[in-house]
Amino acid sequence: MGRWPLPRIRPGALAVWRRNILVWRKLLVPAILMNFGEPLIYLLGLGFGLGRFVGEMSGMSYIAFLSSGIIASSAMTTASFEGMYSVFTRMVPQKTYEAILATPLEIDDILAGEMLWCATKSLFSGMAILAVATVLGVVGSWQALWVIPVVFLIGLCFAGPALIMSSLAYNYDFFNYYFVLIVTPMYILSGVFYPIESLPAGVQGAVQFLPLTHAVILTRGLVAGAELPQPWLHLGVLLLCAVVSYSIALVLVRKRLQV
Amino acid sequence: MTTSVQHDAAAGIPVVSARGLTKRFGGQQAVNGIAFDIYPGRCFGFVGPNGAGKTTTLRMTMGLTPTSSGTLSVFGLPVTGNASAIRARVGIVPQADNLDPDFTVEENLYMYASYFGLSRGQVKSRIEGLLAFVSLTDRRALKTDTLSGGMQRRLTIARALINDPELVVLDEPTTGLDPQARHVIWGRLSELKARGKTLLLTTHYMEEAERLCDELVIMDQGRILAQGSPRELIDRHVEREVIEVRGGEGDAFLQLAEASGCRVERMGSSMYCYSQGFAPLIETLKGRHDLKYVHRPTGLEDVFLRLTGRELRD
Repeated sequence: MGRWPLPRIRPGALAVWRRNILVWRKLLVPAILMNFGEPLIYLLGLGFGLGRFVGEMSGMSYIAFLSSGIIASSAMTTASFEGMYSVFTRMVPQKTYEAILATPLEIDDILAGEMLWCATKSLFSGMAILAVATVLGVVGSWQALWVIPVVFLIGLCFAGPALIMSSLAYNYDFFNYYFVLIVTPMYILSGVFYPIESLPAGVQGAVQFLPLTHAVILTRGLVAGAELPQPWLHLGVLLLCAVVSYSIALVLVRKRLQV
Repeated sequence: MTTSVQHDAAAGIPVVSARGLTKRFGGQQAVNGIAFDIYPGRCFGFVGPNGAGKTTTLRMTMGLTPTSSGTLSVFGLPVTGNASAIRARVGIVPQADNLDPDFTVEENLYMYASYFGLSRGQVKSRIEGLLAFVSLTDRRALKTDTLSGGMQRRLTIARALINDPELVVLDEPTTGLDPQARHVIWGRLSELKARGKTLLLTTHYMEEAERLCDELVIMDQGRILAQGSPRELIDRHVEREVIEVRGGEGDAFLQLAEASGCRVERMGSSMYCYSQGFAPLIETLKGRHDLKYVHRPTGLEDVFLRLTGRELRD
């Protein structure tokens, strides 16, 4: 009860997570097509097409550079889409949360379950890209498997802000602001397609504040074997982003639903 | 009220108890210091026009919105701090159906059970019983959006019973249903009461309140205007009989009515004349073929209109 108590993590979150995964399973074929098809087209099209002209980038083949970056950016877009369009659908038109709140579950459980689910979808997409990248021969070693928990964390990091947007939205068009102003700039500026060292000095400093920059450094280090001097710093940034955004989303959703 | 003091002693601890219960939204008082007790095994109704504060009262009772002041307890537990534990023992039927459109009829029940922490094995036989109870056994595999309004409502009621609740809370359970569907729901609710469940419902259908409720409160503008059994309320607040005249013959009727000494009220183009007995007036009206009238015993609708006024609510 109340609007400000600290978030509690309870087993009820898993019931919400399970609901979503059961719905996802009903639409398994298009979901898997999306998970594998998109990265395959990106990596083959850009990696080989553009890679022929680029040659090496940061000491690795362009396709290795690109695939290790896209694992992070795809985790971001997957969690963002799920946390906005799907969460909003369940919260507002479909009234699924209203139904769930008539049981012992609380808003804390629902949002924790949604965070876990968004991160799970990010995980599916990351694993699909990792599989494609392995087939294309760009994965260096077994160390790349560490990217799996990291992709889950990236999903949590971007699920939280998406939940905040859902808690503020009154229609689907509202999410365009977030995509145009936040997701797309991060996608282009955070080192997915080219090294951030090639940006102007001032911009290089600014992109350090974008969580996707830290996500890309981690995935590139783990998948393509790039240098990774401060892993805990980058993990810390992602974790902090997840915890803070979850807490803000919780306050906002309580304000919206507890009337 | 002597009657309620008597059944206090007989019925034991109230399932729901409120004192000075208040809810403010911004500067508005949605619920304004109300007090009530709901006893086990009874059907208790909140009746009132739109905006009276009925739904807000239910939501506070279930811990879905914080109270502004006053005390509120369910099963003897204060709602603040125990909302989750209380809802584990309550079944809630919301005003608008919110079945999960991604699942079938049967899956909706299993999914809802999981929110109560109940496993498939624990509820398998209960779900068979509930599907039979709401006559949806042969539609178990259908998606919920293919069901009629009445069937969706029945499924929502079955869903609210998945945790075998002691208290069932229904917010306008038959609003928007056709008469057949409404009668089916009434039958099921009476059966629940016969099984010893405590029912708490809101409605603006007086017929529904009169049929189902042992006790009810009439609310308006956040306050309780009257409380008692349907019979008590009728005896206390209105005369025994009413003659209702519709159409443009009001003035001619008004003279007769006033001459007979009854209490007259108007609403729209209708005129209502209340009295303990009408024998002389009826005799006169029988001779007046120009006046069409309905003569009936008074009911809860008359109490409701008398207490809340006859103007339109928006």
